[in-house]
Amino acid sequence: MKAATLAIQRPHDAKLLVIDANGTLQHAPRERLADFLRAGDLLIANDAATLPASLSGLHLRSAAPIEVRLAGRRSLAPDDVHEFVAVVFGAGDHRTPTEHRTLPPALRAGDRLALGPLRAQVLRTLGHARLIALRFDGSADTIRAGIARHGKPVQYAHLPQPLALWDVWTRVAAQPVAFEAPSAGFVLDWRLLHTLHDHGVAFATLTHAAGLSSTGDAELDARLPLDEPYHLPAATVRAIALARRRGGRVVALGTTVTRALEHAAAHGLRAGDGIADQRLGAHTTLRVVDAIISGTYEPGTSHRELLRAFASDAVLARADAELARRGYLTHEFGDSVLIAA
Amino acid sequence: MNDSLHSPLHGLRVAVTGGTSGLGLALVRALHANGAQVAFVARDAARVRRVAVELPGVHGIVGDVARQDDTHRIALQIAGALGGLDLLVNNASSLGPVPLALLADTECEDLQAAFATNVVGAFRLTKALLGALASAAREGRPAQIVNITSDAAVNAYAGWGAYGASKAALLQLSRIWHEELREHGVAVTAFDPGDMDTPLHALAVPDADPAALKRPADAARELLALITSSTPSARSTASPTGARA
Repeated sequence: MKAATLAIQRPHDAKLLVIDANGTLQHAPRERLADFLRAGDLLIANDAATLPASLSGLHLRSAAPIEVRLAGRRSLAPDDVHEFVAVVFGAGDHRTPTEHRTLPPALRAGDRLALGPLRAQVLRTLGHARLIALRFDGSADTIRAGIARHGKPVQYAHLPQPLALWDVWTRVAAQPVAFEAPSAGFVLDWRLLHTLHDHGVAFATLTHAAGLSSTGDAELDARLPLDEPYHLPAATVRAIALARRRGGRVVALGTTVTRALEHAAAHGLRAGDGIADQRLGAHTTLRVVDAIISGTYEPGTSHRELLRAFASDAVLARADAELARRGYLTHEFGDSVLIAA
Repeated sequence: MNDSLHSPLHGLRVAVTGGTSGLGLALVRALHANGAQVAFVARDAARVRRVAVELPGVHGIVGDVARQDDTHRIALQIAGALGGLDLLVNNASSLGPVPLALLADTECEDLQAAFATNVVGAFRLTKALLGALASAAREGRPAQIVNITSDAAVNAYAGWGAYGASKAALLQLSRIWHEELREHGVAVTAFDPGDMDTPLHALAVPDADPAALKRPADAARELLALITSSTPSARSTASPTGARA
């Protein structure tokens, strides 16, 4: 599939492939998304705002240029912004495909990093030359200001133009905790929320610290997604119970919403904080999510693997062929699929 | 300070722009004293630091709401520091030409500067933080936006063209936004604090008698009373003094 190469969240010609629970495929303009949701359904989005998680700078011991991509955190607590898991590249930027990026200089615990106004220390390496835990110097406010001023949104070579934060914040973006945009949410605007409201479709959110979608390194990519903290509001748990009572479906907007909800459901679906550490795939029994709206996907990705929880391999194979045949675009600004389990 | 535990403002997550002088500073102080979680924004780093040191626990953010590139950086720091947002006060204001000028003598750049801060800046920051405010509303918290306006938005005062026209635009934005955001549980209010003894007023009317002007702390108290009153709605509250600015 071809990548969408323009940072437009809601292109007017965006496509939607709808796969119903019987495996029937239907093509539609994505602007008609609301027509495929029913009164009583509940749509749940990830309202995480996206951090400018790409920080360029220097590895001070070697004086070599590096790019640090923040990739994981322990919690969503506002004060907990000192320590992160990060993926580190050598010289270069997003215009070089990640699979061709150079390795960073050899990183050791105690190494100092200068990232614009930020200073950080390598706490330890995490079993791979590119993967580290780091700790920023300074107060939480200073760290946030440094990331806000110096960081750039994580992006990939298929999008040549530099992204600004407004390109990657969804309309519902709230707490800035995601490392990459929860891009399934790009379909949302306030007009759509109004239409859903009119149609009797409920809307709720959770906050999930979406991690990196790719590192360009097969060994590291196999470890994705990393553990991701999330917060499930009490109002969302109540909305799920209400949808169930009304016979409506729980529709997850994106893979991160699915991962958070299914993690919470495996622990009694209680409101509060959790860390999603499971992998979803063909083996998964969905406990709470009835349907997913997500971006299109490419074969062999963890994204497609997750969709096997919703549809059989035979149905997904037909969907793969239809997406290719109809020229659906992929990646974060691409077209969408709606799959009912 | 223990009284703050009983304040309806206790724990409220509030952001105030223009928070190092005048009404903004008075609001930051009063909110802090009432136990709110406060982030404030201003352009001057040294002044931001001074206020942040004066009020421990308050989050100072350096940025200019009139600059497009600053908008999301500011929004990120507000929503990040407070873990969300319940109340946004768009208070940062530009007079336009200083000294005040007749409209026909007002340079286009001065008119644009007034609109950049008072209208477009408030619009952009509100948009960037609307997700956080709507999220608070979904969780049953009282989500609210207060835009600081002026009776110059309603009455025609010679010499107040750039300021008055921009505040009129802000007032109308507030009314329309209030209608549109009602179904999302976010209330939008325009508040006219009256003629206050502030640096902005001194720029506009250098020979005014400070004793005849309202103290910013009193205007802040009135605004907080409005915020905590039951059902806020979009309106231009009459200034008790009926004076301009």
